[in-house]
Order: sequence, then C-alpha cells, then structure tokens
Amino acid sequence: MDIAFLLNGETVRLTDPEPTQTLLDWLRNDRGLIGTKEGCNEGDCGACSVVVTDKNQTAALNACILFLPQIDGKAIRTVEGISAPDGTPHPVQKAMIDLHGSQCGFCTPGFIASMAAAHQNGRSDHDDQLAGNLCRCTGYAPIIKAAELAEAAPKADWLEKTPFVLPKIATEIQAQPAPEGPVYIPQTGDELAEFYADNPDATLIAGATDIGLWVTKQLRALPKIAFLNQISDLAEISETDDAFRFGAMVSIEQLRTTLTSHAPSFAQMLRRFASAQVRASATIGGNIANGSPIGDTPPALIALDATLHLRKSDVRRDLPLEDYFVDYGKQDIQPGEFVEGVSIPKRAHSLSVHKLSKRFDQDISAVLGAFNIIVENDKVSSARIAFGGMAGIPKRASAVEAALTNRVWNTETVAGAIEAFGQDFAPLSDMRASADYRLEAAQNMLWRVWHEDQGTATSVLEVTA
Amino acid sequence: MSVHKSLAHDSGPLHVTGQARYVDDIPTPTGTLHLAFGVSSVASARIQSVDLSAVQAAEGVVAVLTAEDLPFANDVSPSIHDEPLLATGEVHYLGQPIFLVVATSHLAARKAARLGQISYETREPILTVEAAMTANSRFEDGPRIWQSGDALGEFSSCPNRITGQLDVGGQEHFYLEGQASLAMPQENGDVLVHASTQHPTEIQHKVAEALGLPMHGVRVETRRMGGGFGGKESQGNALAVACAVVAIQTGKPCKMRYDRDDDMMITGKRHDIRVSYDVGFDDTGRVRAIEFKHYMRCGWAQDLSLPVADRAMLHADNAYDLPNIRIESHRLKTNHQSATAFRGFGGPQGMIGIERVMDHIAHKLGMDPLAVRRANYYDEADSLSEPTGSAAETSHQKLNKTPYGMKVTDFVLGRLTQELEASSDYHARRAAIADWNDSNPVLKRGISLTPVKFGISFTLTHLNQAGALVHVYQDGSVMLNHGGTEMGQGLFQKVAQVAASVFGIGVDQIKITATDTAKVPNTSATAASSGADLNGMAVRVACEKLRARIATHLAEKHSCEASAVEFSDGNVIAGSHRVSFAEAASAAYQARVSLSATGFYKTPDLQWDRIAGKGRPFYYFAYGGSVTEVVIDTLTGENRILRADILHDAGKSLNPVLDIGQIEGGYVQGAGWVTTEELVWDDTGNLRTHAPSTYKIPACSDRPDVFKVALFENENRENTIHRSKAVGEPPFMLGISALMAISDAISACGDVYPSIDGPATPERVLAAVNRVRNGV
Repeated sequence: MDIAFLLNGETVRLTDPEPTQTLLDWLRNDRGLIGTKEGCNEGDCGACSVVVTDKNQTAALNACILFLPQIDGKAIRTVEGISAPDGTPHPVQKAMIDLHGSQCGFCTPGFIASMAAAHQNGRSDHDDQLAGNLCRCTGYAPIIKAAELAEAAPKADWLEKTPFVLPKIATEIQAQPAPEGPVYIPQTGDELAEFYADNPDATLIAGATDIGLWVTKQLRALPKIAFLNQISDLAEISETDDAFRFGAMVSIEQLRTTLTSHAPSFAQMLRRFASAQVRASATIGGNIANGSPIGDTPPALIALDATLHLRKSDVRRDLPLEDYFVDYGKQDIQPGEFVEGVSIPKRAHSLSVHKLSKRFDQDISAVLGAFNIIVENDKVSSARIAFGGMAGIPKRASAVEAALTNRVWNTETVAGAIEAFGQDFAPLSDMRASADYRLEAAQNMLWRVWHEDQGTATSVLEVTA
Repeated sequence: MSVHKSLAHDSGPLHVTGQARYVDDIPTPTGTLHLAFGVSSVASARIQSVDLSAVQAAEGVVAVLTAEDLPFANDVSPSIHDEPLLATGEVHYLGQPIFLVVATSHLAARKAARLGQISYETREPILTVEAAMTANSRFEDGPRIWQSGDALGEFSSCPNRITGQLDVGGQEHFYLEGQASLAMPQENGDVLVHASTQHPTEIQHKVAEALGLPMHGVRVETRRMGGGFGGKESQGNALAVACAVVAIQTGKPCKMRYDRDDDMMITGKRHDIRVSYDVGFDDTGRVRAIEFKHYMRCGWAQDLSLPVADRAMLHADNAYDLPNIRIESHRLKTNHQSATAFRGFGGPQGMIGIERVMDHIAHKLGMDPLAVRRANYYDEADSLSEPTGSAAETSHQKLNKTPYGMKVTDFVLGRLTQELEASSDYHARRAAIADWNDSNPVLKRGISLTPVKFGISFTLTHLNQAGALVHVYQDGSVMLNHGGTEMGQGLFQKVAQVAASVFGIGVDQIKITATDTAKVPNTSATAASSGADLNGMAVRVACEKLRARIATHLAEKHSCEASAVEFSDGNVIAGSHRVSFAEAASAAYQARVSLSATGFYKTPDLQWDRIAGKGRPFYYFAYGGSVTEVVIDTLTGENRILRADILHDAGKSLNPVLDIGQIEGGYVQGAGWVTTEELVWDDTGNLRTHAPSTYKIPACSDRPDVFKVALFENENRENTIHRSKAVGEPPFMLGISALMAISDAISACGDVYPSIDGPATPERVLAAVNRVRNGV
C-alpha cells in the first residue's frame, strides 16, 4: 500500500506505512515536525490539531487519532505550515501574539490549527470551533479575543483548497484484487461488501475517533483493517419526499448541518457532540455501529423512528434502529454485515433532545434524553422517547410513552409518566453519575419538556448576565 | 524603564509557529532509549512474585529494571525518603511503579510495560477519611493544632452558633505537556538531564543520590514547561532519576514521558479536604469563636503534604479577624497517588472553609454574605495608625493579627471590595437576581463576592533565597540566567524587564536562557508564587554590580562621580560624554573590567515555628476580590458561570498584561476546581477519571461570558522588586466565588442552607436543590 498527501504544500509519498501509525507519531518521530504536540493521545485536548483539506472540506482534525492511510490524497497543514510562504504570520498567529493568547504555549499549535481552519471557513462561532482545544493557562479569554480580532483579516490564500491532483497510488494498487493483505482501502460500497463478507474478522475504520483509542490507549494490534474513508457512495446524503437518508460515512458535522431545519433540537445537541475536530472525522455509521450505550445520535434517531440500513455481500436489510441494539455489547448484525446508512422519516415531530454531562462542551453524556411527544387537541397523540446512558443500550422508554399516550397533556399525566421511568430503566453508577441521579435527571428531563412547552425558561445555555 | 510595561510573552512568536521546544522536542541522537513504568494494579498489597519474562521478550525491549537493579538510592521523595522509584516488596497505591522498561521506542516501552505478571497478597486499602482516622493512618504522630485566644471557652457566650462540614475534592493539574525527562550520559560518568520541572535543583539532587555522584556530576536544564501548576515541583523526580540511571547503565541517551493516562494514574494531585466547623458569632455576623478541623487525604507518601496542610491552616482566616480560633489538622495517609503541590498549595483548601462559614453565617442571620464578610475583615492598613474608634466599637476591637500571630499591616480589601462592588454593580444585580428568581421556577441565579488574602513566602524559611548570573558581552548584549523556571507564567520576560531597567536598555538586548543548575546553584523550586519576587531581586543585584563596575570605569575615564553616571535609552552618560551601552561595555572590557556577576537575594524579616503555629511566615499578603454570577437548572443541577468581575492586587505590577493573564487563568482554573473537575476513585482505589475523556477541566465556553478583570491600584508596602506583588497563586482562589454563587442560587429554592460540596457537579447541585426544597 502506498499513500500520498500534501504536507505543508509539499508532496509526500509513503510506501507501506504502518497502517495504525498515527499522523501525530509520524509527524513528530519520522518527519521531525515537532511543532504539533501530544497532549492526551485520545482526541480530547486538541494539542495535536492539524488542518486537513480534502475535496469536501477544510477542517482541523486530531492527528493523534488519525491513521496514516486516512490522509491519503489529502492536504495537511501543521503549525509549521500555517504562516505565509514568506514567513509572514497568519492573522490568527499575529493576533495570538498581540493579545497574549499563549502562556505555556503547549496547546498553542493546536489552537493555531483550529483557529486557522475556522478562519478559512469564515466561522465566527469561536466557542464551538475551539471546544476541542483545551488550555490550562489562559482561561481562554485572550484566545477568543484573538480569534475575533483575526476575523476581519482576509483568508490566507496559501491555505486555500489545494487542487487534488495527487497521484492516487493507493487507488491503483487497491484496484488490483488484493484484499488478502492486512490493509484494504475499498473505493465503493460494493468493494467493501465483497471484502467484508469474505473477511468478517477485519476491523472497519471510518473516522477512527473511537478505534483510534483502541490503538493509542489499549495498545491493541489490528491485524486486518479496511479503511472506509475513500468510499464516496457511502458518504452521500439523499432526500426524498418521505425521508432523509444518510450514508454511513456521513460525518457528524454534515449530519448536524443537514438537520438544522428539520430537527433543530437534534442539530443543537450535535453542537455539543465531542468537538469540531471529532465531528469532522466521526461518522453517523460509526456512532451507531459501535453499539455504545452512550452514543449521542441513537436516542435522537430512535425518537425520530429512524431506519437502519444494513448490508452483507449483496443482501440488504432494513430494521428500526431501536431493534439494532439488543443488549450491552450485542447488536443485531451478522458477521460480514455492515451499516450502510440510516434514514430519518420526514414526518411531523416535536423532537426535543437533552444532553446532560459534567461539562457542557466536549463531554460524554451521563444521560441523553430524546423526546418526540406530539400533542393534538391537548392530548398526547404519540410519544417516542429514547435515552442514552440509562441502560446497556440506547433504549426507548416504552412504559413512559404508554403513560403519556392518549392522555391529556397536563401535569397529572406528566407526573404519572414520571412514575413509569422505574419500569423502563435501572441505570448504573459510574464516574459520570450515580444511578439515582441518572434516574432523577431523566425524569426531570420530561418535566423540562413540559415546562418548555408551557413557555418557561429551562435552559441555562440561554441565560445571559 | 522597561518595568511596569505590558510587554508580550517572550516566547509568543515561538509558541504560535511551533518552534518553542519542550523536552520531548529536543533532537536526540540515534540510539536514544525510551522508558516506561510497569505499575501496580492494586492499591495495597505485598508483592508475592514478579514475572517479567514476557516484558523482556517483547519487541524492542532492551532491558527491564526492578528495585534490585538500582545502584544507589531508590528514592524520589522530595521530603523524607519514603518514596521508592520502584516498589520494594509492597505497593501502596494503584498506579505505583514496580518495574522499569527500557525499549527502542516510546510505544514499545508502553506495550511491554503491560506484560508484567505480578501476583499480590492484597490488603484492604485505606481510602476514606473515616478509614484513615479509624486506623490512625497519618503523617506526623498526631494532628497539628494551632490556637489563638480561647475558642472553646468563648462558644458558650456567643449569641449564635452553627456547625457544618464542607468536602471539596482534589484536582488534577492537567498541565498540557505531560511529565518528561531526557538524560544524556556525559564523560566520566556525569549526566545532563533535560527535565520538565519547576525544581531543577531537586532533580539534580535526586539524580545525584541515585547515581552515587556528587551534585557537580549532574547538570539539569529546563528551558520551559508546558504548564506546571505545582505538578512539576516534585512529580518529575521519578522520570529524571529513571532516565539518568539507565543512561549511565547503558551509555545511551534515555527519554521518558508519561502518556496522559499514565501521568494521571501515577502522579499526585491537589489534596482534597474535609473541613468541619463550629462557629459562634454575634447578631452582626461578627465571629467571636471558631473551631476548624481539617482532614486531608495525603495519599501514600509524605511528599509536600506537611507544608501543604500547614498552608491550609495558615489560610483558615483568609481576610477575617478571628479573635478566638482553634484549628486541628489531620494529614491522613491513604492508598492513593501521593497528593502534592498545586497552585495555592493548601491555601485554597483552608480559605474555602472560612468562606463557607461566612456564607453560612449570613444565611443564618438573613444577611447579605458580603456584609458578614465586611464585618469580619481585618482593618484597612491605612486606618491602623489612626486613633481607636468610639466606645461602641471597642467591645469587639479587632486584633488585626492572624491566628498564627502575624500582624496584618497591609490590608487593602476594604477599599478593594468597595471599588469592586461599584464596578460590578454588585448590589443592584443582587436585587435584580432576587426578582428574577421569583419569576423563574426552573432556573435560579446566584451571585457572590469573595475576597482573597494570600500569604507570600515559602513557609520553609530557608527556601526564600535566589541566585542569578548575568554576563555583559563586549558588544553590549546581555545574557541572563537565574534559578526561576518558565512554565508559561512569563517569569523570564518579567525578570528580563528588571535587568533591562538596570542597564537602561531594551529587553531585546537581553538573552533569556534556560534554567541551568550549572549556572546558578542551589535554587528553590519556582513555586509559592515566588518566581519574580526572588529571582527578580537576585537579577537586579547582579545587574547593579555590573552597572556599578561600568560606571566606575567610565567615571574614572571621564573624571566624574560614578554615582552620576546614567544608564538610559540604550546610552550611558558620564559627565558630558554619551556612549551607547555597547560602547560602554566594550570600553569596560578593554579596560579589563569583569563583566560577569552573580546576584543573590534572601527575603528579610521571616521567622516561623510551624509546630507552635506562631511567627511571621509571610513577607506580605496579596489581595483580590471576585464577583461571580451563575445560573443553575433546578431540574438537572446543570450550572453556568454568566459573569465574573475581578479586581486583583499585584502591587505595582511588573507587567500588567502578564499579570492579567495569570489572574484570568487562575480564576478559570479555580472555578474548574469547584465546578466540573471531579476526581473519582472507585472502592478499590482505582482512579476512574484518568484522562480528559472523564476528567473535565474548563473548556472554552466555560469561561464567563462577561469577564472583567482589572488590577487594583496599589504598591507593595514591603520593599519587593519594584514594589510589585506575587501573582501566580492568589488569583486561583478568586474561583471560590463560583461555588458561593452556586450556593446562593440554590438558596433561592427554600429556607435550608444548601451546604453544597465541591466540585459542584450537576449531580451535587441537584442533591442540594432537593435538600433545600425538601427542607432537610
């Protein structure tokens, strides 16, 4: 396997790179580019952020959980390549110096990468764009001021989308039938289906925001891998009269953008899904397929009655998403079968999604509740409610739904439904929250939905001093 | 004069381009070896057997060391030799290093370190305050007890009395750069160590002990750290010693850096504390008698826990005159990571206890907590020389003496609070918040103003010294070196400003160089906020020596008084002769004048008896105040800081922008301590929050939406460097107002006092809301 990419404007070709070597390790150890830092080695601190441009987007990504084959055909800018070719600082670099945005400086290269990507994309939602970059020294105020100051400066033309004329060495090689090797980079869904049916023991890597940690933290060896990032037909978003369909490789960021008008509460919650870096890498397919009980998209998708599309070889099947999650660590999926996509019906809904975590941004949910309660003529005509963090799987609150459905939408009904939570859930205690708190907070989320409906202020995120 | 100017951090241009080098960035020769520890998987046990055959056989492994392989001292403790580098027969916490892997790469070392087969005869670990108290598991032979007046005798005559308890969790430093060391073997068995450390001399000392070398055989260099916060005062010893020992044994350079999870599992954190209080007070809220009991879980080794716990006691008064006080402090030995220095060094833990008491008294009396605080403030420094007040006041005349007997002569919080009340519009906002809460059933807001008075000096008096080395080259460029380390705080720039001021030149003519034990010996840790105070003075002394030599030479040459020679704007003026500083340096060189000098400084007037708890441990106090406004969700306990207004006393600031950077960062870090940052150990002693995925330091959006920070107009009454004040630690404690504001918001839910513990996670806030609503 050969790969090729642009690094700070220069073409780099690698023959048979170690498939699970991270871009960060390669930059620092092999290439001697030590400006990019390792802060946590799990994609949570952003010190390793680099700017990655491909034909779809320019984004900051965490180099510590990005495997080399994933950057094939892309353009990478590290902190060493952000200044203009003549050495003139990028506007965000100048602003960070002038406004005292660095103290110890260790997080700074990652901030510069994130800020440069945001600047290039014309973004001014700095808290969102920088939620994935931790700083322990400054308290962030000067960094945000720097990002604001740089807004007015024109985009850096040297960072403009690089024309993708890279030799696709990998493609040529992979076009040969060679899926026996340890690494396979399919170009189409059909190729993946054929390969995976024959190699059900392979690890499928989409965005690597979870599997990256298998390698960097669990130090697992992955003997057989398929990288899915070049499969463009799995990255499509299509819209019919009845539904939105998202290919498994659609990123969380694309999902968020697409859902802004159809399911604004879902999209708003996705703003708090990890960080900009992770949302640009992580995929909707990955968030579902790994079966985590605390993934943030499944409860909302279940509340919207989403359909999961699975494929094994040439056989496709659909099932309601909620049925995919069988038990902790167990999903309704066959060896060699993979998630091809998910569809959200275009029905009227009232989805209201509530994420609860110790920190607002870039935290894993202690509880995530998704409520789709439709009230017609003061009566609950339908209720689809699902939770994450309350069971071993993302799970519907069937008893709660039953306690609401066909009843008058009033406090008595809500109070009755609160009682039903105990039938649906017996959550666990862990470092994120105790079982009792999870249950009470989940119940109170229903009260919050009620209060919201009555026009009462319920979100601390919307209060200003 | 370059002092008092807002010059940017000297390394800013390097930071933003990725050129600033940290230990892991230093180019290493081919053949450099990489180290990792194999650690204990249980919290308390006797080791029955250790089978390292799989470790040795793993790919890339060059050697594996256990305690028996260490040639000399097996100890990395900064205090009482109770901290073996590698465990000897017993393990005392989950994460304790047992063996050391030497491999050809960092990854190979990490992989191999997990392959050790160790069998343990486990014991019941001592993990809780209760368990430690029952087992009398502690450092020192009993609690430290300090008293002033007669608290226990006075309680009966107090019209009001409350008791309570506050638990506040520890805190992970989360310096962005993890611990790292690189050792390069030198000729003759000597070693050069590059360490990410606040204390190069301590590293030198421990490495010398481990190698059986005199200290002159070990040179330690530190250019910068990627954050320290106290976590690199003693916690880097293990890596440096490990690297040095293996470097000497193999003759190869050795590097060790902790992966983030390893860092959090192995190294110490801020001490958590339980403060119980019993307080008697009058109807105006004035405290008449108070008793505190401090319980601090110190972990398995002593490390710096005694001075940390002392400093908690030393800040039990914070800003308040407490006439009758008894403080009992228990330093508990538990099977956790050994708790260590962290910004504030026990001060925050002591201070938050009395701030809770002020809040609780106000609640009991139905007063604004600020009024209670003001009623108990020490008297303003400016008022001390005035005649005593009217007869009505004399019944509760303030002693203006701390519980440890030090006169408070520089108190400025009266004026500072007044200015802050006005600039933050505290009273009007407090009233508006009450109205808002009346019409909002789900969300509640709260506001609090808390003060900070923080004692400046190492309480171990001999540490209050510093040295400097300054060279003037014949071209007029200056090389500056001192014992302080740069961890991001801007110390190097501040000290360069001091030097530039003496010579009347720009800071661009001064080269700031890495801290180096071969240039300045016997340095103290850059800790206790002392960096600029101590090193700035030492550098000034050295520069003044050189300036005097140059002046004497020019005075002789031009027949004028040496004292009349002026150094300003890059020029030296002797009588009617004006030359550039470079020409003056060149002339002095040619006249065979020594252009190299050392400087030395020791803080005057300190004396301290830590057993009796009496004396003057501090040269002066730094002050500050913050007003925090929060909103909480009474359904989930979620909470946010909406606004913070800060007024902080940095004396006559050496560099206002750098000081404001310390204040903003300190506040956010302090607010993190009391809100989102929660360390969770399970009941086997396993730290479950060992990575940023589970341990949540403040992120960008957690800073206050409205964040107003200003420096208080003041100058140090003591003769510090250009009358400035230390600023590293004091602002951390401004964050306490966030917890008190949350408490205020919860109070809007009912009549019961919330008694909220820290950190105020959503779960704790909801529990407190329920208590208040249910009246329990």
